[in-house]
Amino acid sequence: MEEKKPVVEMRSIRKVFLDVIANRDIDFSLYRGEVCSLLGENGAGKTTLMNVLFGYYALDGGEIYIKGEKVNLSSPKDAIDKGIGMIHQHFTLVPSQSVLENIIIGAAVEKGLFLDFKSAGERVVRLGEEFGLLINPDVKVWTLSVGEQQKVEILKALYRDVDILIMDEPTAVLAPKEIIELFKTLKALVKRGKSVVFISHKLNEVMEISDRIVVLRNGGVTAERKTSETNIRELANLMVGRDILEKLDRKNMIPGKPVLEIENLSVLNEKGLKAVKDLNLVVHKNEIVGVAGVSGNGQTELSESLFGIREPVSGVVKVNGKKVKKGNPAAAIDMGMGRIPEDRIETGLLMDLSVEENIILENHLKHGFQKYGLMNFNRIHEFSDKLIKDYKIKTAGSDIAAKSLSGGNLQKVILARELSGQPSVVIASQPTRGLDVGAMEYIHERLLEERDRGAGIMLISEDLDEVFTLSDRIVVMYEGEIIGEAGSGTASKEQIGLWMSGVKK
Amino acid sequence: MIRDIFQITFITGLIGATLRMATPIIFATLGEIITERAGVLNLGIEGIMLMGAMTGFIATITSGSLWFGILMAAGIGMILALLMAFLSVYLGLSQHVSGLGITLFSTGLAMFVYRLHFGSPTVPPTIKPFDPVAIPLLSKIPVIGPSFFNQYSLTYISWILIPLMALLLYKTNIGLKIRTVGENPFAADTVGVNVNLTRTLSLVAGGALMGVGGAFLTIVNGNMFLIDVVGGRGWVSIAMVIFGNWDPLKGALGALLFGFLDGLQLRLQGLGFNVPFHLFLLIPYLLTIIALIGVSRHATYPSALLKPYRREEKGG
Ligand SMILES: Nc1ncnc2c1ncn2[C@@H]1O[C@H](COP(=O)(O)OP(=O)(O)OP(=O)(O)O)[C@@H](O)[C@H]1O
Ligand SMILES: [Mg+2]
Repeated sequence: MEEKKPVVEMRSIRKVFLDVIANRDIDFSLYRGEVCSLLGENGAGKTTLMNVLFGYYALDGGEIYIKGEKVNLSSPKDAIDKGIGMIHQHFTLVPSQSVLENIIIGAAVEKGLFLDFKSAGERVVRLGEEFGLLINPDVKVWTLSVGEQQKVEILKALYRDVDILIMDEPTAVLAPKEIIELFKTLKALVKRGKSVVFISHKLNEVMEISDRIVVLRNGGVTAERKTSETNIRELANLMVGRDILEKLDRKNMIPGKPVLEIENLSVLNEKGLKAVKDLNLVVHKNEIVGVAGVSGNGQTELSESLFGIREPVSGVVKVNGKKVKKGNPAAAIDMGMGRIPEDRIETGLLMDLSVEENIILENHLKHGFQKYGLMNFNRIHEFSDKLIKDYKIKTAGSDIAAKSLSGGNLQKVILARELSGQPSVVIASQPTRGLDVGAMEYIHERLLEERDRGAGIMLISEDLDEVFTLSDRIVVMYEGEIIGEAGSGTASKEQIGLWMSGVKK
Repeated sequence: MIRDIFQITFITGLIGATLRMATPIIFATLGEIITERAGVLNLGIEGIMLMGAMTGFIATITSGSLWFGILMAAGIGMILALLMAFLSVYLGLSQHVSGLGITLFSTGLAMFVYRLHFGSPTVPPTIKPFDPVAIPLLSKIPVIGPSFFNQYSLTYISWILIPLMALLLYKTNIGLKIRTVGENPFAADTVGVNVNLTRTLSLVAGGALMGVGGAFLTIVNGNMFLIDVVGGRGWVSIAMVIFGNWDPLKGALGALLFGFLDGLQLRLQGLGFNVPFHLFLLIPYLLTIIALIGVSRHATYPSALLKPYRREEKGG
C-alpha cells in the first residue's frame, strides 16, 4: 500500500464547533480501489470528518489533497466536481417528489429547455439493474420504505459517476438481504477503481467489506489496521477502550400478568392498504417479546398505532387491562407507555429544542418540572444532567440544541427520555440503530433492567442478534400478520429466517 | 333589476370584467408561487404591488410610454425582492418580519415619491391607459368574442404566463432546483445546488411579476395613482397561493374566482340596490375567506417555507 499514491489525502484536519473539538488534527488517506472503514464511538467525529471532505463543513485547519492536487472545498459543489459523492447518515430526499426527480436534481440532462425525464429514467433503470438496486423511478419517495429510500440515496450517488464514495452508516436501515446486495454493489465499484469510505457500527460488516480500518476516538485517530490483521474483539476494544462483554448476564424471569394486550388490531398504511391485519399479541410483566421481521411488513404501522399517532381501523389495545384511547398519544404516555420510534428525527425529537427540553418533553407537567405554570429550570437541569451522565450522551451541555448532536447521541436522548419514566410497557423500534458497540451494550443492559423491574417490552428489530440476545419470546411479522412464534430458548435462527421470508410451517 | 342580470350584455360584461379584475391577481399569485416554492414567504407583496403601481404610473407620465411604465414596475419589484432576499435569505431574518417590513416601507415610500413628484394636487393627475386589443376574427364571435378576445395585452400575457410557470416548475432543471430548495434545502445543497442563490432568483422573478400586477391597476385598468389602489390584492394573492395549493394552474383559477366576484360586485353596485356600496366591496374578500377555509385544510406547504438555510447546523 505504501508505494501507491492516495486519491484522497487529508492532513491534520481540524474542525471545532463552539467548544467541541470534533476533529483534532486528523490524518486520513484513501487509496484507489479500496474500501476503507471508519470506526468510532458515537460522537467520535466520523460524520464531521467526512462532511469536511465533502465540502459541507469549512475547515478550521489542515489541508486536503485529491489525486495529488491540493484543493479548497468551499461547498459540496466543489467536492462533487472533484468526483466525490456522499450518502449522508440521515436521508436527503424530498418525499413529495418522484424517485427520478430526487436522483437527477443537480445532475440533470436537458433536452432543449426541458428536463429529459425519459433518458434519465432509462439510465436510472440501467444503473439499478447493473447494481441490483431495482426501484421504480416514477413513484413518489414518500411511498417508499426506509430501505428503499436508502437505495434511492445510493442511486443518486452512482448516477453522478463518482470516483470517491462516502457512505455514512448506509446499512443502519437496511435488512440483512439488502446489506448483502449493497456489498455486492460496493465490490463491483471498487473493482472498477473507485474508492469507498464506509461508516458503520456493525463490526461484522466492517470486517466483511473493508480492506482497511481506521478507528477514531474523541476526534482523533487512535488506530489503523489492515482488515486481514485484526478481529472484532480488537476493534471493539480500540473503539471504546475496554473489552465488550459478548454475553449479557440475563436472569431468567417468570412472566407476570399481561401488561400490553393487542386484540384484533388492523391498521392502514399511507396508501390506504391494510398494513396490520387482525393482529393479536400479549406482552407480560417481566417479559421481552421480540418482534422480528423484514422492515415494511407492518412494523411501522403497528408501533405508530400503539404510540397513538396513527388511528387503527379496528381492534383494541389495553395497557394494564385498561383500554387505551385510539389515536391519542397523550393517553398512551399517561398509561405508562415508553415509546421509542424508528425515525428519531421526524417523530422522536424536536431538533431545534435543547437536549433537556427534549428530555422532559413528555413529562413537562410532572416531576415538579413546573410550578404555578412556570418551568422549574433548576429541577430540569438536575434531572437531565443525570440522564446525560448515565447514558453518556455526548453534548456540550444540556441546553444545546438537539440538532448539534451526532446521530447516535440523538438516539440516546430518546432512550433516556423514554426509559426514565418507569414505564410499565415499552415499545422499542430499532432501539439501538446507529449506536456504537459500547452504547448498544448499555442499552441492552438498561432494557433488561427495565424488564427485571417489571416492565413488559416489545422489541421491534431487524437485527436478529439483538432479538435473540434480549427476547424471552420471539414472534415474526410478515405482511401484517404474526406468522410464527417461538420461545427464545427453542427458536433457531434458521426457522426465524424462514418465517421472515414468508415461509409458513 | 334582477332581470338585467340575465341579459346578454350583462353576462358579456361580467365575463370581461372577471378576466380584467383577475389579471393583477394572476400576476401577483404566480409571483408569490415561485417565491414560496423556493421556501420564502414574501409578505412584501402588498407593498411591492403598490410600488409597482406608483413607479409604473410615474414612469409612464414622464416617458410617455406605457410599456416603459410596465418595465419600470417590474424593475422596482425586482429591487424590492432583492431587499427581501438580503434580509430573509442572506441575513436569515424572520420572513414574516422582513416581508411586513417591506410592505410598510413601500407604502410610505410610494406616497413620499408621489408627493415629491406631483406635490399635493387637488385633482390627481391622470394618464391615457392601455387600450384593449381586439383579436381579429376571434373577437367577432358573439358573447365569447367581446368578453374574452377584447382584453388588454397584459391580460393575454397573464394567460400565457400560467402554463409557462407550470412548465418552468415541473419540467425544467431550474424548476426542480426551486422546488427542492423549498422542500429540503439540505438535499439541494448536498447535490451542489446553491440554495441562497436559487431562493434569491426566485424572489426576484416573483418580485417582477408582483410589480407588473401593481402597475396594471394604475396604467392599464385605471389611469391614476391613489394610495389605496392595491386595496389588499397582495393579501388576496397570498390566499390564492394557498387556495391553489402552490400550483400555478389552480392558483390562477383562484384568481379568476376573485376576479369574478370583484366584477360581480361592481356590476351589482351599478344595479342600484339600496344598500351601502361597502357591502358589495366586501363580497369578494368574504367569499375568498370562505373558499380558503374549504380547501386550505388539505394544503401541503413547501416543507422548508419560512426556514432560512444555514450550513453547519444539522447534526449526524
Ligand atoms: N453542527 C454541529 N454543531 C455543533 N456540534 C456538532 C455539530 N456537528 C457535530 N457536532 C459535535 O461534534 C462531535 C462529533 O460529531 P459527529 O457527528 O462527527 O460524530 P460521529 O462520529 O458521526 O457519531 P455517530 O456515530 O453518533 O454518528 C459530537 O460531539 C457532536 O456533538
Ligand atoms: Mg455520524
